[in-house]
Order: sequence, then C-alpha cells, then structure tokens
Amino acid sequence: MKQTLYDKLWHQHVVHQESADPNSMALIYIDRHLVHEVTSPQAFESLKLAGRRPWRLNSILAVADHNVPTTDRSKGIHDPISRLQVDTLDQNCDELGITEFKMQDVRQGIVHVIGPEQGATLPGMTVVCGDSHTSTHGAFGCLAFGIGTSEVEHVLATQCLLMKKSKTMRISVDGQLGFGVTAKDIALAIIGKIGTAGGTGYAIEFAGSAIRALSMEGRMTLCNMAIEAGARAGMVAVDDITIEYIKGRPFAPRDDLWDKALPYWRSLHSDEDALFDRTVTLEAAIIAPQVTWGTSPEMVTTIDGNIPDPALVADEVKRHDMQQALTYMGLQANTPIQQIYLDKIFIGSCTNSRIEDLRAAAGIIKGKHIATNIKQALVVPGSGLVKQQAEQEGLDRIFREAGFEWREPGCSMCLAMNDDRLTAGERCASTSNRNFEGRQGPGGRTHLVSPAMAAAAAIAGHFVDVRGLNG
Amino acid sequence: MNKFDTFTGLVAPLDRANVDTDAIIPKQFLKSIKRSGFGQNLFDEWRYLDHGEPGMDSAQRQINPDFVLNQSRYQGAEILLARANFGCGSSREHAPWSLQDYGFRVIIAPSFADIFFNNCFKIGLLPIVLDSSIVDRLFEAVKQAEGYRLTVDLQKQAVVTADDQEYVFEVDIFRKHCLLNGLDEIGLTLQHAEKIKQFEQKRRIEQPWLFA
Ligand code: SF4
Repeated sequence: MKQTLYDKLWHQHVVHQESADPNSMALIYIDRHLVHEVTSPQAFESLKLAGRRPWRLNSILAVADHNVPTTDRSKGIHDPISRLQVDTLDQNCDELGITEFKMQDVRQGIVHVIGPEQGATLPGMTVVCGDSHTSTHGAFGCLAFGIGTSEVEHVLATQCLLMKKSKTMRISVDGQLGFGVTAKDIALAIIGKIGTAGGTGYAIEFAGSAIRALSMEGRMTLCNMAIEAGARAGMVAVDDITIEYIKGRPFAPRDDLWDKALPYWRSLHSDEDALFDRTVTLEAAIIAPQVTWGTSPEMVTTIDGNIPDPALVADEVKRHDMQQALTYMGLQANTPIQQIYLDKIFIGSCTNSRIEDLRAAAGIIKGKHIATNIKQALVVPGSGLVKQQAEQEGLDRIFREAGFEWREPGCSMCLAMNDDRLTAGERCASTSNRNFEGRQGPGGRTHLVSPAMAAAAAIAGHFVDVRGLNG
Repeated sequence: MNKFDTFTGLVAPLDRANVDTDAIIPKQFLKSIKRSGFGQNLFDEWRYLDHGEPGMDSAQRQINPDFVLNQSRYQGAEILLARANFGCGSSREHAPWSLQDYGFRVIIAPSFADIFFNNCFKIGLLPIVLDSSIVDRLFEAVKQAEGYRLTVDLQKQAVVTADDQEYVFEVDIFRKHCLLNGLDEIGLTLQHAEKIKQFEQKRRIEQPWLFA
C-alpha cells in the first residue's frame, strides 16, 4: 500500500496496539527525548517517588532555556524562583547521569535550536519534548511533537508513549517565493488560510517545490509553526538538503553508521500517490510578507493590507473575538498595516533565531540605525554556537551599530519568563510564534513577522514592505 | 489518579473561542516546581485587576468583578462550558492542573487543541466534545438559569440535563477504562516491558546509529 511519510514513521515505532482497530491506542517507541527546565521538574519528582529510573539515558538531552537570563550570566540568575527551576534541572540531570548543556556551556540554547544543531535530531526518529514547538524537528523527516509533563514522566519511565494515530494533511506550496518572502511568511499565510484549529487532529506534511527549495533553517521555521495551525506534528521529507545539514554534526552517525543510515533516510518521503486525509495547496508567488494584527496567529494579513473590519464579519463569535483582539491591541479597523508604529523589536525564539535568520535581519539594517521611537531592539541568538558563528561573520557589530542589543541565547522575550518583556501597552514586532494576550509580558502587544520584516520595522519605526528595500 | 465517578455539578460558561494556555495559566506561574496550587492563578490576567506574580496572597488581590468566574452564581462550579479550540497553544500541563486545582472536573467545548485534550486525560480531568449547536444551547441555558447543573455519566458517555435531556459524547475506550478505574498509565505500559525491550533490541540491530 502507498504510504505517507507520517504512515512510515508511525509504523516504524509501534511497539504494541490495543486492538486490531488501527485507530485504537498504540504504544509508540521514542528515540529522542529533549528536556527543559519548565515542564520536567514534576516529572522527575513523580518518577523518583514511584521508585523508577529513566529507561534509556542516552536518548535524553537536556538544556535550560526558558528562564535563563540573556544578559551577563557570570552572576547567575537573580530571580530566586527561576533559579530554583534551573537548579532543579541541573540536579536531576547530575543525579541521573543525563547529558545536559548547562548555562555556561557554549552549546546551550533553545532546545529546538540545539537538537538539530547537535545532530541529536535525525531523520526517522520519534522526537518528543515537553514543549509544543517540538514540531520544529519534523523538518528532518522525523515524527516530532510536544507532550505534557505526565507524558514526560511516561517517556522517562518507559521510553514509550500511548497515543492514537493522527489524520494526515499535505500542504503543498509550489512555485517560487518572491523577493523578501520567507518561510515565516509561508507559515503565517498557511495559518491565515486554514486557521489555528485547521490542523487539529492532523500531522501535516509540507511539500511542493517551494518547500523543497527551502534551507533546513526555513523548514524548521515552517514546522515550528505547525502547532500554531493546531497540528501537533509538522514534517518535511528527507532530501539532499537534509542530509547535507546533518553531516558532521556531533551527535550524527559517522563512517560505517553513516553509510548504513543513508539508504533508510532516503526512503523517508511519502510514496507517490499516497493518500492524505486532507490536502491544501498554496501558490508561492502570491505570498506577500505577513504581519499579524490580533491576538491569535490566524489574525494575520499582508504588509500591503489593512486591519480587517469586524463589522463585516457575519459570524457572531468570530466578530466578538476580533473586536476583543482589536481592543487589546489598541488598534482601529481599516488602519493600513504600514501605519502601525512600534516600541520594541524582538529578533529571536525557536522560530527565527538561527544563523540564516540573523543574516537576513543584518542584511536589512547594515549601515542604518533604529528609529528614534524604538525603545529597545533585541537580538537573541538561538544558541551559543549560533551566537559564535554570527560574531565570526561580524553580524553582532552590524546589530550593535544599528542600536540593537546583542544578547546571550535563550527563549527571552518570546514568552517573557526571564527579565526580557514588554510592559503594558507596548507594541512589538517579534519574530516569535505566538501573539496571545500577555505572551510577551502582561498587556504587551505582539505582531508576528519574519526577521527581515522585524529588521525593516526597526529602522523605519513602523511596518514597511521589505520588498521595496534594497536588502 | 482518582477514579472518575458520575457526578452532578454546577456549570460556569466561558464565552470565548480559542482560549489559549497562556490565558489559562500565565507563564510566570510555570516557574513552580510543584504540581499543585495553580488554581488560584487560573485565568489570572482575566480574573484579577492587578498583575499576579508567584507567591502573592490571592486573598489580598484586586478581583475583576466583570470576569465570569468571579460572579457569585458560579462559585463552586465543577463543569466549565467553553467554546471552540479550547486550550490551544503550549503543551504546559499546568493548564489542566490549574483547572483541576480550581475545582473543575469536566470541560465541555465544541473542540479542543490536541495536546491540551490529551493532557487532561492524564490527570483525570474529562474534556467532552459536543456539537457546537448543543454547546450553543447549553450556553443559553446556563445564562438563563442561575444554579444550572449538569450530570456527567462517563460510563454511559452522556451529559444529562436536569430535565433528563441526554447528550452522548465520544471517548476512547482505553482512556475511559483508565479514568473509570483511576489507573496509572505508566504502570499499565510497564506491563509491556518485555515487548518494549524486544522492540528496542530489534531496533538496535536495524538502526544502530540511534543507539550510539
Ligand atoms: S523560544 Fe518561545 S516558543 Fe520556542 S521554546 Fe522558547 S518559549 Fe517556547
């Protein structure tokens, strides 16, 4: 039978199934378990209380990212509650013998950046983490999805998860992206089209010539946002670009093992004519740079558009939500997006903090300076190694000279668990993935955009169309 | 996990679609390394007028009188009536923990986000999907009648109104079995320990690079 990539990954990992019904609960084997400080302490505690130990230590890689300061780390974490959470992770890892990149380690960074960077994420794996953006890793042709704390404990104790098979959706994007249009814009355009619940119950495979043409960084950005479309997992088939990226990374196989892995990896794509439960198609050429205007990623429009008018929406619940969002965002219907002025700029997060993202932003701001109305502009690299690479390329200087702050790696203002946050009423162009109320700080107002768009907005002080700039 | 028994409880309506996990429990409360005590910060930014931080005494805080759960008629509610795509956003189990700690045992909505839905079962909180037309009707009924209660019968898979109107819902049989008997999933999975070891052994031979 013809199989989708998801079908192949699923069948490779079924240890046991409750009944002959393919929709019954299955026990799925987990190859890679990534752990961070926020969703793991209760899992480790329960594990210990039950007198259990981790099933397979070398499947686990841990890092603290959500709570870590992005300024000078030599003094440690000053917030005692954040510090306790990071210390708890350190202690659990030390006690059990789990590999962890500690805060001072150059390899430390956002969990979804360091997994692929280290080669700890490989094609064909099942990858889980107590974090919804685990979907990011699906860019490598693996089955990767976020789990809750009870499941973190379940994987620690059994190396397995109980779950049901998802439905499959293929989203094809064909043709060539326009100048200045990126994977982030594809992701937002898709969410605008299918909605934040459009992918609920599905595993999404991103396909088509425009996806094939994306770098691994771009594919990660796209899969990262599968969860914002409601899908627990997003994925892209393996090809030369995938394999080239993995080669030589610290955790990746070498020599004989590499040769052995390659043919299997190359089989990780949907069979021609495989059936999907739903298919969606988009034309790359018509995707414009995207900007969100509301408090859900589906509240999005194009840079040349206006804020929509709730009065024109028939559905009562939807109209009410839009009005509520506009009130929270302090915006008026029908305002051109380019007339939205900003207070802060955030370039970072597991969506857009990789080297390619920093290069794109630096390309826009080179030799320019942030506008006077911008109170703060942050660049937070996704990992210590991304930071190092950027510094070797001189990107840090470009950012600093333009008035940006160049920070240490972590989640930072993506969710504001550390000191980096918006104050009430502040408006931010952010390269992160969620514009929920209060996400970047209580009362803060978030507009999601690509790194190039955030950089351009920093210079202009308001949103501008990157397509009109000579990058 | 506690056994899930049939019960009749007061219903509170939250008339908003796409309620995300950041709204259910804001991130500053995720710094806790405990599993309990999240109820007082459920919907923190909607429920209080002042900004909440961990360690604050909630009795001293400024209540938002407009927020639905603060109305006296909904005190002691055990069933939350919600709109589509409830629980979207992050994988934080703190969201179901806070709903449960507050006193909710059941959430009824036309649809839920996948990870949230899944997390609820792990702690014995029951998410029930009912058709949006039925949910509309229930919203109307709750708003009309103070003290509106519903009975949730998991065995029969039915939500029952005071005048014996029954709304049947779907639930996976394995999950139902675990809830009704208060079973520990890890214990159940470990009954398959031999099978897991065999699977792992085979995988080690076929894909050795995964175990290096
Ligand atoms: S960068 Fe943001 S979305 Fe990504 S893991 Fe950190 S907090 Fe979550």
